[in-house]
Amino acid sequence: MEKRLVLNSKHFEITLKRLASQLKENHQTFENTVLIGLQPRGIHVLERLKHIIEQDLKKKLQCGQLDITFYRDDFRRREQPLIPSVTNIDFIIEGKDVVLIDDVLFSGRTIRSGLDALLAFGRPNKVELLAFIDRRFKRHLPIQADYIGKVVDTLTNERVSVEWKEIEGEDKVVLFTQKKTNG
Amino acid sequence: MDNLSVDHLIGIKDLTKSDIELIFKTADNFKQIINRPIKKVPSLRDITIANLFFENSTRTRLSFELAEKRLSADVVNFSAASSSVKKGETLTDTVNNILSMKVDMVVMRHPNPGAAKFLSQRISAKVVNAGDGTHEHPTQALLDAYSIREKHGEDFNGKKVVIVGDILHSRVALSNIFCLQKLGAEVMVCGPTTLIPKNIKELDVKVEHNLRKALEWCDVANMLRIQLERQDIKYFPSLREYSMLFGLDKALLNSLSKKITIMHPGPINRGVEITSDVADSDQSIILQQVENGVAIRMAVIYLLAGKIQRD
Repeated sequence: MEKRLVLNSKHFEITLKRLASQLKENHQTFENTVLIGLQPRGIHVLERLKHIIEQDLKKKLQCGQLDITFYRDDFRRREQPLIPSVTNIDFIIEGKDVVLIDDVLFSGRTIRSGLDALLAFGRPNKVELLAFIDRRFKRHLPIQADYIGKVVDTLTNERVSVEWKEIEGEDKVVLFTQKKTNG
Repeated sequence: MDNLSVDHLIGIKDLTKSDIELIFKTADNFKQIINRPIKKVPSLRDITIANLFFENSTRTRLSFELAEKRLSADVVNFSAASSSVKKGETLTDTVNNILSMKVDMVVMRHPNPGAAKFLSQRISAKVVNAGDGTHEHPTQALLDAYSIREKHGEDFNGKKVVIVGDILHSRVALSNIFCLQKLGAEVMVCGPTTLIPKNIKELDVKVEHNLRKALEWCDVANMLRIQLERQDIKYFPSLREYSMLFGLDKALLNSLSKKITIMHPGPINRGVEITSDVADSDQSIILQQVENGVAIRMAVIYLLAGKIQRD
């Protein structure tokens, strides 16, 4: 495996701040807006953005965590069973402006499931998508993000990993590439 | 990641402790889902499940059916009373006919012990035992233990559970003993000598014939029904005498030195094994058991369905 650093901790922070500013531009006071992070890794993006925006606006934002395991389209098509994480949405999203948040946007299938899962909590007025990393050209479905942290051009067998200082000890984004054998 | 160690749910005896914990963990998620405004997930939209009930049931049958529907599975129901079983068809033939209509999973209740295992060895679909005679009733034991976990916390070590009543004819008692012991709890059975199986001590459970002593010992009491339909001979003089010696009433409950939790797998015979004021008291978790039943059955079906291979 070859590693390539896509974002170091400084650029990581700048990217988060820019995303927060873009959200504020479009949602102003967040009066009718809820932020929903997708389990398992999207919730870290959510937590950071929430922290930045709350400090800025000096008010609490309505946030939730959504698990999409039971809405996936690959149940029984993989070797291992899908073990769910926690969904934590204690409000109804009827008529709200929802921002779905995930760390990496790749095939778009997770987001498709997320949109499905969201319907169990009511009919939102509008849904937007925020992706910290966008692996463009790799989509299986016609889904695009409204807010993008960084665009990365990748091959299918490469892997992008977003690491967090709360968990891995350092904020960074790394691209892993399978080494070519026999040159 | 974890997976169940079994392909069918025949009895708790075949499960490992981590299987049971995986089912509980999955049920936590489903419990949350069934308390949402929209109580349905699309996971099993391409699965068909047959509910075969060769014996009467309300709770278990409704609970399974709701669990299946909330996972978006297609459901067919079958009850022996209105079927060709009466015309002399064998169990394997009946089930094979149902399976040729492309059914992926069978939930079966049957009056003969071992019927679920028999079936699982002969058909390709997944089998969930919903009670086979006096043998096992695994989903009931799982939901009982899950309800105890909800009330008393995840660690079962040192928890004391007494099962009171007709142990001899009870599949709930056997499954409960296996399940609670695997989780680390201590189990006692209590009832008239005629209704306690002779070799029960081999299962490493305590035996007590005095209800008050048993209740003083335990944290949780699971009160079973007298299964008159399975009793071909007289095991005790009269129901009235049984209820005087082994029935739990409010006076007895209040006289105990600590607050114990009361459970009942249903159906209740009010005034026999427990009185109405005990069944409806704040120490009873009987209705929580029923609610948890749907979540547990969703978890079991979800995890087993994950093992169905696509061609």
